Amino acid sequence: MDNTPYAIEMLNITKRFPGIIANDNVTLRLRRGEIHALLGENGAGKSTLMSVLFGLYQPEEGVIKKDGKEVKINDPNDANDLGIGMVHQHFKLVECFTVLDNIILGVEPTDKAGFLKKEEARKKVTELSERYGLKVDPDAVIEDISVGMQQRTEILKMLYRDNEILIFDEPTAVLTPQEIDELLKIMKNLAAEGKSILFISHKLNEIMSVADRCSILRKGKYIGTVDIAKTDKAELSRMMVGRDVEFVVHKEPARPKDTVLEVSGMTVASKVHRNNAVKNVSFKVRSGEIVCIAGIDGNGQSELVYGISGLEPLVGGTLKLCGQDITKAPIRKRSLAGMSHIPEDRHKHGLVLDYTLEDNIVLQRYFEPEFTKTGFLRRKNIRTYAERLIEQYDVRSGQGPITIARSMSGGNQQKAIIAREIDKDPQLLIAVQPTRGLDVGAIEYIHSQIVAQRDAGKAVLLVSLELDEVMNVSDRILVMYEGEIVGELDPKKTTVEELGLYMAGAKRMEVRG
Amino acid sequence: MILLIQYTLIFASVLMLVALGGCFAEHSGVINIGLEGIMLIGALGGALAMKFIPTSVGAPVMILCVILASALFGMLASLFLAVAAISFKADQTITGTAINMLAVAGATVAVKAMNTAASGGSDVSSEIAYTAAREFFTVRIGSFQFNWFMLVAVICLTVSYICLYKTRFGLRLMACGEHPQAADSVGINVAKMRYAGVLISGLLGGLGGIVYITAGTNAWKFENGVAGFGFLALAVMIFGAWHPVKIALAALLFGFFRALGNVYTGIPFMAALNLNSTVYNMLPYIISLIVLAFTSKKSRAPKAEGIPYDKSQR
Repeated sequence: MDNTPYAIEMLNITKRFPGIIANDNVTLRLRRGEIHALLGENGAGKSTLMSVLFGLYQPEEGVIKKDGKEVKINDPNDANDLGIGMVHQHFKLVECFTVLDNIILGVEPTDKAGFLKKEEARKKVTELSERYGLKVDPDAVIEDISVGMQQRTEILKMLYRDNEILIFDEPTAVLTPQEIDELLKIMKNLAAEGKSILFISHKLNEIMSVADRCSILRKGKYIGTVDIAKTDKAELSRMMVGRDVEFVVHKEPARPKDTVLEVSGMTVASKVHRNNAVKNVSFKVRSGEIVCIAGIDGNGQSELVYGISGLEPLVGGTLKLCGQDITKAPIRKRSLAGMSHIPEDRHKHGLVLDYTLEDNIVLQRYFEPEFTKTGFLRRKNIRTYAERLIEQYDVRSGQGPITIARSMSGGNQQKAIIAREIDKDPQLLIAVQPTRGLDVGAIEYIHSQIVAQRDAGKAVLLVSLELDEVMNVSDRILVMYEGEIVGELDPKKTTVEELGLYMAGAKRMEVRG
Repeated sequence: MILLIQYTLIFASVLMLVALGGCFAEHSGVINIGLEGIMLIGALGGALAMKFIPTSVGAPVMILCVILASALFGMLASLFLAVAAISFKADQTITGTAINMLAVAGATVAVKAMNTAASGGSDVSSEIAYTAAREFFTVRIGSFQFNWFMLVAVICLTVSYICLYKTRFGLRLMACGEHPQAADSVGINVAKMRYAGVLISGLLGGLGGIVYITAGTNAWKFENGVAGFGFLALAVMIFGAWHPVKIALAALLFGFFRALGNVYTGIPFMAALNLNSTVYNMLPYIISLIVLAFTSKKSRAPKAEGIPYDKSQR
């Protein structure tokens, strides 16, 4: 037997990609039975490091040791043989298979002829789920069960394979607060049973509450490893970002004035199922306030925005923008009437990815006389305008205005969209998950821009899945559950727990627009 | 009436075999538009076997050889799709279409060359006759002409069902068609499974081809292709919701309408309608249009079909 306390050691790992060093001499040591958090901003190299451990990438330098012995991990099968399992951020589950089929896929128990022996597998799964408190129905089909249960399926997949080292890649991003609590409890259980856990996250609260130690990466470099018991959030974030970070969004109390957007009785059909995705929803957004639509993903928020922005027709109800009826107005008319939209999916609805940055910036204004004369584009004016926005909103790209949008980083693509939408000087700004996938620095910037719009007297409708964002940025919270608004909350008077109960449908109040 | 049943069964066998072939390819994640061409190449293999293997070998050997030949030819044709679509990540629809065009042209050229050489230039047709060998495939039971291919189709159906839903291979195959990233993450070789899916599809498609050309005639002109039966089989597959049992039922329905075109003159009330035979020949295609228009919205294709698997996209 070995005498090292470490289950896995990744020593001096260096992984280069053309143009960048994703991991620069990174060392990570995972003790047996501990929960070890891996913290870093987007692009800090966390995923690359985990991909190296999981055999998806080969490092240029450095060694990996399992129980003190050097090992070579060439592909996920090698990782699996070493007892390393991973819950990916986007679940790797076959949606039309049952829970059981997903768990056994790849390690199916069969007789000699290749026929499946599902009863044997079912017994083992039931045993495991009881032992670790992972409630699942083995015969349920994945597409019918909740995200939390899908995640438990993923965990069972690792346990079924007798994995000893469990990697959780940002596991809480898709969960409700209650589900998060449950997951953290499960992780502690697993650690107590002797499993070693690597927990990738950039949510400091969760790391503080569950991890034993935390290693921090910044821009591909290893910054350090700290004991959670001996540190605090401020220190962790300083190590992660390299400077002090403001967790609180600074803003004055809202001073709402006239109604800008009035939604009454809005119903929108769903594309995925027969029922309506938005059911008879009414609310108002006034100038000078930020109204936030909170809810778990898939409760009709997207369709609500499609309805308001004109991407989908309404089944019923009316929309008024600044007193003008826009229920049936085409998108261009809504835009001209003062609506700006930072869409949920920036690749699908926000940008023409193969256009240049400058063309994307004038996408909604190219027909104005400033940019068009007798049907021809006034390229010079477009260039000047784009350069001004790029400068003002600090959009960074390889070649300035003529950069192809596809080649830009997610944060800068988002900045370009925000520049375009805000510079239109709208009456109503709709921002759907504006900080999704962005790191702390970019989030700080985008939040300050949204608050600045509010302070300039604009109405802001924010749709967010991030509870911190909901609590910090908004002036008024509307909670959506299964297509209906089930609660109106004041962020100053409510708690995350209460919000979570509304989001999960456990609590509701009568809300009338 | 018996004639109608007989033709329904034989055409249903064709559609079922080919649709099952499509089913395997699509469950692995590859759309096989090339079934039409694969059928024809399979038919060519079978027809050559029937022409060149002496009838003295007896029925069992002949049947076995013909089946093997058409299955092998079908697999070779599908290999083209597999290499292009899986190894080189080519667009599957375009590759399939290319196979369809190439198959008709290739088969025609090959048969014409063969006939020209054999006859010293007097016969330049693209026709292969197999009158004698065809006798081996049918057994008369009263006035019903039983065709061994009907049995082959039923066996293929049973094996397909068991293979897809009861074995490790089936589970892995379908995982590749639904969520190849998931399959890859648990150590399944997606490319290998997709090759298997497409080659099985070629095997079944080739078999369907020989059944089709021997269903009602003693000779086949290869320049005619297989008259859209490959596409009809795709419709059967969609109508059958990618499930072998439902595919069998759908094949019977379509087979029935196809059979009507062959035998309507023998059914007094239909003959009395005095419709042009073209109307009956159009029936299966019209039915497929109608059926697809109403069912394709609800039907659920394998999620990842048509998308080349790219490891780096996660």
